[in-house]
Amino acid sequence: MVVVGAGIVGAACAYYATRAGLAVTVLERGSVAAGTTGAGEGNLLLSDKQAGPELQLALRSSVLWNELGEQLGSEAIELERKGGLVVAGTAEGVTALREFAAEQRALGVASEPLDQAQLRAAEPHLSPAFAGGAFYPGDMQVQPMLAAASLLAAACRLGAVLRTGVEVTGSTLTGGRLSGLRTSTGPVAADYVVNAAGTWGGQLSARLGAELPILPRRGFVLVTEPLPRVVRHKVYSADYVANVASDSAGLELSPVVEGTRSGTVLIGASRERVGFDTTISIPVVRRLAAQAVALFPVLAGINLLRVYGGLRPYCPDHLPVIGADSRLPGLLHACGHEGAGIGLSPATGELIADLITGRAPGVDPKPFAPDRLIGALT
Amino acid sequence: MTVFRFDDGEIGFTAGQTVGAALIDAGIYSWRLTRRHGRPRGLFCGIGVCYDCLVDIDGTPNQRACQVSAAAGMTVTTQTGTGHDDLAR
Repeated sequence: MVVVGAGIVGAACAYYATRAGLAVTVLERGSVAAGTTGAGEGNLLLSDKQAGPELQLALRSSVLWNELGEQLGSEAIELERKGGLVVAGTAEGVTALREFAAEQRALGVASEPLDQAQLRAAEPHLSPAFAGGAFYPGDMQVQPMLAAASLLAAACRLGAVLRTGVEVTGSTLTGGRLSGLRTSTGPVAADYVVNAAGTWGGQLSARLGAELPILPRRGFVLVTEPLPRVVRHKVYSADYVANVASDSAGLELSPVVEGTRSGTVLIGASRERVGFDTTISIPVVRRLAAQAVALFPVLAGINLLRVYGGLRPYCPDHLPVIGADSRLPGLLHACGHEGAGIGLSPATGELIADLITGRAPGVDPKPFAPDRLIGALT
Repeated sequence: MTVFRFDDGEIGFTAGQTVGAALIDAGIYSWRLTRRHGRPRGLFCGIGVCYDCLVDIDGTPNQRACQVSAAAGMTVTTQTGTGHDDLAR
């Protein structure tokens, strides 16, 4: 089996497939975690997922991330069980948040409603403008580049092979079935190929002759100077959930603020569909900063050290693509996770291994099947 | 020669010198203690990139000594940790 892409999803596919007994080679045109994996914050969130297939994938991933903490070492991947705090400014917002949390709770997502006084106790620097919120103890974080590298290193210890600087240019067929890949460094034989090229999964699928509609959605993260623990959890406004699910091509902003172990505070989140352009936009940075100050007024007097940005792999229906492509036997996709790829990667890798080995899958694969998107190609 | 205050003393400087350059000129090589182990820090890159030479100037922490021009009457203070200990609660 050949995995194309050494981001977090490719790393998880390689890890779980190798553990299932498959001989795995990972091909990466750049370096490990050089794309979207290296451009995010590493959130493992349950709180922002509405009841549905993505939440099922997130719940399974949450179990697997806790296992990975033991298998790879919590310190090695900076796994932090910090918990998420969702806040709402109005009584109506608080009610909507409670209803959302009740639906999630029915599926096994733990949360506790917090009133204004409890919010202040949980986050002493939070603006008093917020009427209430919900605390999600199951929200976690990893350092995504360390997590991808640790998963790949563990897979390689079990016999997997990682080849960087190898770009896939096309596919080779034998009797109508995929039998190998053409690459910048020569042909590579493969009985199965997994497209884990993330934001570039659409381009790769076209090169292989089975195109999928995966598009980039740009985002920036602002990094402050190191501080004492001013922000204790991942804190975001209830608007964030609506923005993630939106189909708007224009700029969407919702404040997401979190402290890190190193002391910096990370500020997001913007969403823009502007193609593959990763130029930093100062007006967007300014608005993100202003929103963060509305959540935590103390940040008004704090310097930003830097801003980084990247591209989320976006599918028209906001679900990742995981499973076999009926147009090209031997090809499987594992991409299109948008902004949730770090969190969803372990269950994705496990599902790919289950589908190839014929083991009963831990998560229902049907909602993620690639065939649903083929009609959406323009 | 014009001077600015540095901790308990005074540092002379010439027009156009940065705070960092004036401190080095005066034989002072560290003006920050790191936030975890209290290790001394001063100029490293000297060109505004590495953020190692951070110092408190007139009550504002995390100023790059290599980028701020020295001015008469400034109060420069050795910075301890993040410079924001007042926010810990």
